[in-house]
Amino acid sequence: MSTLKVQNLSVYIEDKPILNDFSLEIPYGEVHAIMGPNGSGKSTLSKALAAHPNYDIRNGTAELDGHNLIDMEPDEISRAGLFLAFQYPIEVPGVTIANFIRAAIQARMEESKLFKAVDYYKKLYQKMDDLGIDRNFTARSLNDGFSGGEKKRCEILQMAMLDPKFCILDETDSGLDIDALRVVSAGVNSMRSSNRGFLVITHYQRLLDYIVPDKVHVMWEGKIVRSGDKDLASELESKGYDWIKEELAA
Amino acid sequence: MIKTNPIEVDREKGNFHYNTDYEFDAGIGLSEDVVRYISGVKKEDSWLQDFRLKALQTFEKKRLPTHWATNDLENIDFDVIRYYLSKGQMPSRTWEEVPDDVKSTFERLGIPEQERKFLAGVEAQFDSEAAYSRMKDDLTEKGVIFVGSTEGLKDHPEIFKKWFGKVIPTSDNKFSALNSAVFSGGSFIYVPPGVKLEQPLQAYFRINAENFGQFERTLIIADEGAEITYMEGCTAPKFETSTLHSAVVELVALRGAKIQYVTVQNWSNNVFNLVTKRAMAHEESEVRWIDCNIGSRLTMKYPGVILRGRKARGEVLSIALANDGQHQDTGAKMVHAADETTSNVIAKSVSIGEGRSTYRGLVQMPGHLKHCKNNTECDALLINSDSQTDTYPAITVQGEDHSVQHEASVSKVSAEQIFYMQQRGLSEGDAMSMCVNGFVNDLIREFPMEYSVELKRLIDLEMEGSVG
Ligand SMILES: Nc1ncnc2c1ncn2[C@@H]1O[C@H](COP(=O)(O)OP(=O)(O)OP(=O)(O)O)[C@@H](O)[C@H]1O
Ligand SMILES: [Mg+2]
Repeated sequence: MSTLKVQNLSVYIEDKPILNDFSLEIPYGEVHAIMGPNGSGKSTLSKALAAHPNYDIRNGTAELDGHNLIDMEPDEISRAGLFLAFQYPIEVPGVTIANFIRAAIQARMEESKLFKAVDYYKKLYQKMDDLGIDRNFTARSLNDGFSGGEKKRCEILQMAMLDPKFCILDETDSGLDIDALRVVSAGVNSMRSSNRGFLVITHYQRLLDYIVPDKVHVMWEGKIVRSGDKDLASELESKGYDWIKEELAA
Repeated sequence: MIKTNPIEVDREKGNFHYNTDYEFDAGIGLSEDVVRYISGVKKEDSWLQDFRLKALQTFEKKRLPTHWATNDLENIDFDVIRYYLSKGQMPSRTWEEVPDDVKSTFERLGIPEQERKFLAGVEAQFDSEAAYSRMKDDLTEKGVIFVGSTEGLKDHPEIFKKWFGKVIPTSDNKFSALNSAVFSGGSFIYVPPGVKLEQPLQAYFRINAENFGQFERTLIIADEGAEITYMEGCTAPKFETSTLHSAVVELVALRGAKIQYVTVQNWSNNVFNLVTKRAMAHEESEVRWIDCNIGSRLTMKYPGVILRGRKARGEVLSIALANDGQHQDTGAKMVHAADETTSNVIAKSVSIGEGRSTYRGLVQMPGHLKHCKNNTECDALLINSDSQTDTYPAITVQGEDHSVQHEASVSKVSAEQIFYMQQRGLSEGDAMSMCVNGFVNDLIREFPMEYSVELKRLIDLEMEGSVG
């Protein structure tokens, strides 16, 4: 069965170790959540898996569906099926959402196949309607001047259009208003299936009430220090992280 | 042979070279004898030969503009250049009559196909002279003239002598003087009053020989109420040694006329491209320069409009792409010389790697004029931290009555943007192309369709090539 499989991963930024000996396995069909204090390395994990050039992977392996991610370029990893919804989506002035998603889809198509613009727009508008994004946004530059919540919805729109095998959602809930949280969660839930996996990074139990995870992990100083079911999230919500810190120290 | 789409011209497409025998060769280096030789093979009148010889003196006296431009100009060795190479002075009227090697060059560049598809006429210049020149018959019947400079001066002196060298005097700069001394080829166009050309006329300038200088001379006159779009394209093979291209282009728009001049240059990286382009716009006329500079080692080009009639309008839309080892020094000159004249300049430059872009503008509005307007917008996009860009707008406005707007911006394509786009599956080159296309898109929309497609494709190829 296909999985995202990370083993003994060590990631450095400018010679500073951020992830160290990190391991995690997520079978397709499951949703795992990672929680953890600020700076514990959650975004580092997601960007390292996506092969961001600033993240230096010094040890370990990362495999997606048999692909060895460590030796691949960011765009190859994307086309192999890994989608990252960014914690801080990047603004790209001059490149419209419609053109960008279209280019991303075309990058996945066999060269001989014809791109069907009519079908494309039909699907795009459908997904936009589902996510409560105004259709006028197709002509706007990617994330350029978007509000925090608009950026997050636009990430999920791209995810829905690109049909990835594995999705990492890095704090997609932060910045979303209450209604948007519900809409976006519904969008994610509709994509849950036996042949797609999710890693949801969040600080709040609230999101996990909507997107109910199969497992919850706690990340601490670049490592997973505790794993449990969805009740672990409620426990963290009420008790904070101190008790874990104390247990680790003991 | 690989079949290519006729309007796909790519950066490597021009990089081929057939060995060619030349009937006429002025030898190496520049002298009075060379000038006399050129004038002689063209069987010119004595006034024209005198004009050339005087221009040679002016050229020798003038300094290179290294004090404000670039020292790279000093690397041009005028003594090793060949100033005139041709197989004959008269162009063929059918492609069948064009010599085989020359014909295959233009076929490879897709010119005959373009002619069939969307052009009203074509002139194809090979080194010093046009090898082919033809215009649709109905335009001849309407009195339109579209010939090479040699033919124009010989057969229609009454029209051309009046304007020849009047918009750009020989002494304008060192390279306009050089062109005036050794010019050959280029187009002479006259559009009679009220005649509006629906399809463009096109000239294609091909440099084939090594150590060669191409000095075409173009003069376009749109008589009262006439309208014309002219396009030029150019390529050269990549040689180790440098090649010089130094044209002079003069446009005259008489009362109410409209001229649109489109350039898509795709020079190889060894070409010094030092071109003087200027228009004279009479009352209520419109001149628009659309200028796309891709390739070359150094391009210095500042298309200008002298707005000398009331309500005349001048516009320069320019795009420059400077890749590693290239310097695009481009801009626009707007000289307001009558009331209620307006000018608009939009210049976008993209610098990649160690490429360098410079915008040099000039806007003049004297105090005695009323209600003149200028809008200047220069935007630079940098891809890579090594890229360099400078802006010298030079706006001189006197008097209270004018309106001038100037905006400049510099933006960067960051590594984070590229990573973000790659995370969605685009290759690095595609991601860069998208940013560049996004940056120039609102300008490209102003271009004639056929050329916007070609330009977009050129940009894609340039970006692809710049990824290591
Ligand atoms: N470019 C960088 N240079 C230096 N340090 C960095 C850089 N990027 C991240 N770090 C450091 O790496 C550590 C982990 O950061 P990361 O963004 O992965 O944390 P996080 O768990 O996602 O936190 P948050 O919950 O606040 O999003 C932090 O201490 C951060 O300061
Ligand atoms: Mg984070």
